[in-house]
Amino acid sequence: MTVLIVDYGMGNIASARRAIEECGGRALVSDDPADIKVADRIVVPGVGAFPQAMGRLREGGWVDALRSAVHDDGLPLLGVCLGMQLLADESDEVAKTQGLGLIPGRIERILPVDASERVPHVGWNEVRHRDGALFDGIPSGADFYFVHSFRFVPASHDNILATTPYARETVSAVGSGRVAGVQFHPEKSSRAGFRLLKNFLAL
Amino acid sequence: MLKTRVIPTLLMREVNLVKGPAFDSWRAVGAPMQSVKVFNRRDVDELILLDIAATPAGRGPDIDMVATLAQECFVPLTVGGGITRLEHIRQLLLVGADKVSINSAAYCDPALVTSASDAYGAQCIVAAIDYRTHADGRRECFTRCGTEATGRDPVEWAQELERLGAGEVQVTSIERDSLMEGYDLQTIADVSAAVSIPVIASGGAGNYVHMEEAVKAGASAVSAASIYLFTQATPLEAKAHLAAAGIPVRSHYQG
Repeated sequence: MTVLIVDYGMGNIASARRAIEECGGRALVSDDPADIKVADRIVVPGVGAFPQAMGRLREGGWVDALRSAVHDDGLPLLGVCLGMQLLADESDEVAKTQGLGLIPGRIERILPVDASERVPHVGWNEVRHRDGALFDGIPSGADFYFVHSFRFVPASHDNILATTPYARETVSAVGSGRVAGVQFHPEKSSRAGFRLLKNFLAL
Repeated sequence: MLKTRVIPTLLMREVNLVKGPAFDSWRAVGAPMQSVKVFNRRDVDELILLDIAATPAGRGPDIDMVATLAQECFVPLTVGGGITRLEHIRQLLLVGADKVSINSAAYCDPALVTSASDAYGAQCIVAAIDYRTHADGRRECFTRCGTEATGRDPVEWAQELERLGAGEVQVTSIERDSLMEGYDLQTIADVSAAVSIPVIASGGAGNYVHMEEAVKAGASAVSAASIYLFTQATPLEAKAHLAAAGIPVRSHYQG
């Protein structure tokens, strides 16, 4: 099971790689889209700002390569944190920027309900999921680690896999076909995160 | 609901973990790798690792050391000490840090906070503030591991750091640090009221009630070092105490 981790110069690559290996996958950290042909799974990690990330993906030749891997080859792909947001159509972060367009929706800044809710949303929060392969064996409401200021607003409810009670409700996992994105960091969510990564490897 | 975080802080000098009262008389307290492994196994909410020797020695972060420690850390890891350039941050995130903590550099190069926040997102930039309270009650930020006065007020500086782009602020009372007599609740309350980013209370936790007080004063997270090194206290017990006090804490999925 070779898991290609897209290295576009902005991810917490080392953490993602270690977690994939710990979960039994062979991690291939790559900055070359040609490596997709030897991959069984793709992980798009990400820590950073949306416009820079899309710029790097474009420069690295990843945009079409990822779309093709998903649409033509049907490779399971998991976006993590910023990597999840990149799956959307566009984002308002810093400047309006087009995303990968793999899951319909847009990215907007979190709007706290009151002063008790702070932005960034940092820390452990509940992930209430619809049962599905990605969350197999994980109780709905289990805590995962979040650290983000923007959030995914899907165009359709059908693409929502999980939500988290923050700023009214924040979508914490999205999915469409074999593409999924999680706003939290499974690689930093200890045992619950490992279970989710193992589920992804087993898809 | 977002859970209150209980965060052990590991202070490193060279290859030792250290701890000393009020930023003074540091002594070695064990190998950092062992501590990272133990805290990881205990499934802590987060870890803060500060290399306190870096800035006084005029060097940058020890990237290799962080890389080694991060290999064993599957919970969020914040790394600080000696960060003066964007390149340091890039390297730290690359080798496994999830967030970086900027302290001294923010005073002489505030633009670093902004450029770091723009490049990597506010969520991974923690600004650390060390301050002392003078005899007349005036509070003042200190830099370079508590050795140099800056003339800045910690509450105003916290607001400035938020404006510059910091995503969290860790506020440490230098006098209270390591004394285990409780956090400086007034300053935690003042800073929490003044900024909209999460505030990490630091300096002085000696028991679980102290942590509860800090959360009630407005802190989003309570960091502590001595209590875990020198007493039987554990982060898990701390969270049990907070939960009993009605403060939401993270549940532990056992798999």
